[in-house]
Amino acid sequence: MDRSDICLTLFVVTSIKRSGAEISQLEAEQLTEYSVLIGGKAGDGIAQAGQLIASIFSELGFFVYQYVDYPSLIRGGHNFCIIRAAEKPVYTHRTGVDLILALDQKTVDLHTQNLTTKGTVIYDSPRVKAEGQALAIDEILTQYKGRPIMGNTAMVAGFCGCTGIPWTLVESVFRKKLLKETDLNLLIAREAYSRITRCFDLHQVEGSSPRPLLSGNEWIGLGLLAGGIDAYVAYPMTPSSGVLHFLASIADEAGIDVVHPESEIAVILMAQGFAYAGKKAAVGTSGGGFCLMTEGLSLAGMAEIPIVIVLSQRGGPSTGLPTYTAQSDLLFACHAGQGEFSRFIAAPATPDEAFRWAAEAVQLAWKLQIPTFILSDKTFSEGIYTSETRPEVRATTPIPAPAYPYKRYADTPDGVSPILIPPCRGEVVKVNSYMHDYSGITTEDPEMTVAMVQKRLRKAEKLASMTDQPGAVVCGGSPNAKTAILCWGSPRGVCSEVADELGLKLISPVVLSPFPAGEFRKAIQGVEKVLLVEDSSTGQLDKVLAREGYRTDELILRYDGRPFAVEELLERVRRVVS
Amino acid sequence: MTSDETLVTQAQNTWCPGCGNFAIQHAMKFVIQELEAEGMARDQIVLVSGIGCHAKIADYFQLNSFYSLHGRTIPVATGIKMANPDLKVICFAGDGDLYAEGLDHLIHAAKRNIDITVICHNNRVYGLTTGQYTPTSPYGYRGKSTPNGLHEYPLNVIELLLGAGATFVSRAYTRRLPHLKRIFREAIMHPGFAHVDVLQICASFFNMTTWYDERIYETSESNAGLFEFACRTAQQWNYNDDSKIPIGIFFQTKKPVLPEKKVKKEVDRSLLVRTILDRAT
Repeated sequence: MDRSDICLTLFVVTSIKRSGAEISQLEAEQLTEYSVLIGGKAGDGIAQAGQLIASIFSELGFFVYQYVDYPSLIRGGHNFCIIRAAEKPVYTHRTGVDLILALDQKTVDLHTQNLTTKGTVIYDSPRVKAEGQALAIDEILTQYKGRPIMGNTAMVAGFCGCTGIPWTLVESVFRKKLLKETDLNLLIAREAYSRITRCFDLHQVEGSSPRPLLSGNEWIGLGLLAGGIDAYVAYPMTPSSGVLHFLASIADEAGIDVVHPESEIAVILMAQGFAYAGKKAAVGTSGGGFCLMTEGLSLAGMAEIPIVIVLSQRGGPSTGLPTYTAQSDLLFACHAGQGEFSRFIAAPATPDEAFRWAAEAVQLAWKLQIPTFILSDKTFSEGIYTSETRPEVRATTPIPAPAYPYKRYADTPDGVSPILIPPCRGEVVKVNSYMHDYSGITTEDPEMTVAMVQKRLRKAEKLASMTDQPGAVVCGGSPNAKTAILCWGSPRGVCSEVADELGLKLISPVVLSPFPAGEFRKAIQGVEKVLLVEDSSTGQLDKVLAREGYRTDELILRYDGRPFAVEELLERVRRVVS
Repeated sequence: MTSDETLVTQAQNTWCPGCGNFAIQHAMKFVIQELEAEGMARDQIVLVSGIGCHAKIADYFQLNSFYSLHGRTIPVATGIKMANPDLKVICFAGDGDLYAEGLDHLIHAAKRNIDITVICHNNRVYGLTTGQYTPTSPYGYRGKSTPNGLHEYPLNVIELLLGAGATFVSRAYTRRLPHLKRIFREAIMHPGFAHVDVLQICASFFNMTTWYDERIYETSESNAGLFEFACRTAQQWNYNDDSKIPIGIFFQTKKPVLPEKKVKKEVDRSLLVRTILDRAT
């Protein structure tokens, strides 16, 4: 059979199936938001299929959030994604789904209970038994000599057929996103598309154009680039590896070094080598890797070396839940490293914030010569998001020039000693992990020790004044409500929806260290009851607040590794506010 | 001031009288002056030290320096070299520092052939922490942590480095000064990862002067390009037995060097971010 025969066959099949689809079109549902769940075995390409669906929604002008759930293994197991698309920004998923795309039986068995009343299931027949629309994926793959992985293409096309997305749009997204074996994938997609009956009526969102769609890790990576990094050094560790993969993939294009050395110990020291030689460096890891970095973190504190750390939390202690979420490293990040030194920690909750604060983290690290953190978690790092705005690179302020003869740790009113990058003719640049004098030579002199400690304390004061600014604490919900939901990091999305639904105030600090006392005081004014929502078993923000003289009234904690869905948090919050 | 005086800082030297560190500092000063006379600028040099008696050398040399952590000279040096390939980066490390705490970095630096020089002040004992055994202490060594004698054989670091793929592997001795200077010079000039294991005594905790003087000899380097020959020379002394101790360049070869001399393009970050966002839309 040559190519034209295939086209002809396709045409015939298409026309027969289309007439079926057209009949049911009358009953097709149009919704303002959609949730689609796609599930299968690890190795079925579930995350990629989810991203294709997310891209299609974005192409139609929707805001998109994709939740990715997978166990820590390469083959087998059960993976699923929930893609939620709405006409307003979304940063969380709902339990209820309108469409289930089942590439394995577990998808049906585990998730059918969450199908909304108008929802339906498309399943891989005969492998999966379910009620809904059968899609004979093996048959299609045999027909076009496709490989088993292309089953996910067929399922995405099934979704497109079910939602009545015009084929031209499907084809254009496939061509853009599926760069390998595109034509074969398209043949398979077209066939699957034509076999499914339309159940929903998905339209272009009026006045809305496609938005960039990236994972939280990619948004952070993009922010680091905007902040001016010259190097990214990391050892692979879920859920932070996405930053490493993203920056490695664009390293040549961006003109940056991306290095994967032998351990996290090497990572943080190598990054400080880069910084000493004048290259802005960031590192990324999760809890276990960060444990190894703490010695190097303390070095950065003492030697005053600018460094940015992307810390993406996962369930702990120890190896814990590698692919599931947690917010249990807040206090660790705040206190890691021996000795006393200041650090900046921001926990972004949206793509726009990730971009902004990652860039800011780079700039602050270099302005103050301190370690700065972007504290993420599995939910944010591996979630996929459209942004609200289209972020732009901000102009950076130049770093002050040093005085000569050069002293690396020269005393200054704000404690910041201007950096000089070697080589510099006639000058030496000495940095030191020991207590040191102004020129960087080891000292044990008590007066010099006090001078150096106070120099670093002045930097801490400056940091606090620079970061306790509007934007450090985000508020939402009902501004005058007496009850507030308090949260930080990724749960903001779900907390925000729950606060809106129940008429509560939302308070969410983005800057966590130094604690933005002034901005928080403004935010909490008039609030009588505070509910802290956190993915931990002890409520770590509660402990940070206690030190600031605040107390929370209720802790709504979750520590099973899964983020709250809107319905789940609604139920938990209702229990304590009613 | 003479060039010799301007190479040292005002910091008070606190090494014990008779310490091998003096010879290492002296030899390095000599080599730096020699290289300067040949046109190399001294501000192109960056010294990276670990923690231990050896590391005070960072305070004593009036040169760019990064006084790092115990065991962590190599990753810092690697970062500096990758950031600016024009810098000459020299690590000074101790045997406990380099062969215990930071051994993984040594192996991986050799494996990736990063263009740095590593000098190990190998006195086979921890001096600053008062005399415990290190990875190169002999079997039966009695220190404060092993009062009944050490039940481990020492690591033959030359074999280890050969196995790790180092492209310049050498050993020197602090009481053979002209030889030490030559080895330092060759190591610094070697394109790629160069290692010098410098045998020295610890005047306070492990004084082996006579023992070394009787056994050390300068080996022929005419077969330094042959790996199997290097392995045999390395096996002449296992850091434990009573045998002749060869010093010199055991092995030298060429392999692709890190960092690659690649000119990085200047990229407008605003444009880059816009391009990436367009692609993701």
